[in-house]
Amino acid sequence: MIKVDNLHKSFGKLEVLKGISTTIESGEVVAIIGPSGSGKSTFLRCLNLLEQPTSGQVLIGEYDITDKKTNIMKVRENVGMVFQHFHLFPHMTVLQNITYAPIKVKGLSKTEAEKHGMELLKKVGLSEKANEYPNRLSGGQKQRVAIARALAMDPEVMLFDEPTSALDPEMVKEVLEVMKSLAHTGMTMAIVTHEMGFAREVADRVLFLDGGVLVEDAPPAEFFSSPKSSRAKEFLEKML
Amino acid sequence: MNLDFTAILPSLPYILKGIGVTLKIVIVAGLLGFAFGIVLAIFKISKSKALNWFADAYTSIFRGTPLILQLMIIYYGLPQLIGFEIASYTAAVASFSLNSAAYISEIIRAGILAVDKGQKEAAMALGVPGERMMRDIILPQAMKNILPALMNEFITLTKESAIVTVIAVDDIMRRSYIVGGDQYRFFEPLIFAGLIYYLLVISLTMIGKVVERRLRQSD
Repeated sequence: MIKVDNLHKSFGKLEVLKGISTTIESGEVVAIIGPSGSGKSTFLRCLNLLEQPTSGQVLIGEYDITDKKTNIMKVRENVGMVFQHFHLFPHMTVLQNITYAPIKVKGLSKTEAEKHGMELLKKVGLSEKANEYPNRLSGGQKQRVAIARALAMDPEVMLFDEPTSALDPEMVKEVLEVMKSLAHTGMTMAIVTHEMGFAREVADRVLFLDGGVLVEDAPPAEFFSSPKSSRAKEFLEKML
Repeated sequence: MNLDFTAILPSLPYILKGIGVTLKIVIVAGLLGFAFGIVLAIFKISKSKALNWFADAYTSIFRGTPLILQLMIIYYGLPQLIGFEIASYTAAVASFSLNSAAYISEIIRAGILAVDKGQKEAAMALGVPGERMMRDIILPQAMKNILPALMNEFITLTKESAIVTVIAVDDIMRRSYIVGGDQYRFFEPLIFAGLIYYLLVISLTMIGKVVERRLRQSD
């Protein structure tokens, strides 16, 4: 479970998040949408402290990650993240990318990690790419490896920061399929996305951010058919 | 024209022995300078103002004064303070490694900063601690980018090592100079020394290319 209470984040004088409060239950899939500059990526990045919140509280499970005494490294092991630009380690093969953190951070043996890694690669449909370097892969394949890499740590929560925004249109689907099957396994997921169709189909809830404020928090059926705020209406008119 | 290379033939083995001396200085100083250069580079990008200041001041001083001055201060000057003599080989290795660390730290710092910020974030998100991230993720990628600049530094070091002649280390340079004095002909032994240095540099360049190719395996 993720509980966010009155989260503020400023970069210098610019206030990006202006007090966001919400709860994401275990197993829930939440789509975070909104116009660019609305603070949705910053919000997501506050959930594993890639950005340090200016004030407010974030609870991940029983950990208060905004408490200085919390070992954030331990928390991050439980929170996987997938980035817009993949950020695979270019000097490691696909399998090494996946097994690196389980071996070095979790202390798994190489054999165990590789066995688990190959299972994950099979799940994302890339078994035959295990020994390739990331540069040899297409964007969609890279992103699927990135998802496998995050899953290799057996996280309880997965964060996705615009996972399909950097992909060619024909590769979006393969990544969304992987995410969809992940959602069906009961993974807790927070997804910043511009894929409205995906949000509507897969998400349990939609968070609509605008100007650093959580404007709407509703099930997708309700949000997409009858948004309450005029800002959400305007946004949806442009997107759909 | 008075030119006779056969006259120095008997002295060639003597000059060639200098290769080992030169290489011993260059390799040891190169490795120490590289290790210390990494430390300085990490100081430069650290959050600690004191470490930043130290590394910057260090680099400024060692780049801002002649290498031969640093060598002579260590060999001739330092014993006056510490009360015992320093072997010429030790002084040579010390001054070269301290000096090249200053240059190498700048190269490595730039290399580290050139690694995509996303790499650090991806490692952080996986819970990889800072030191391990630096060693396994950031530095290997930085190395690939800086290898040509690094090779350049080692080539410079190889050539500059000839100044150890002034503190009587019997390297290639000093040996050929001695042969010149011995036989009253300097041109031939000095040309021969030049040839040896040139071949050393060419070999270094080739080694650099091989290493670079291996590092680019992932491209």
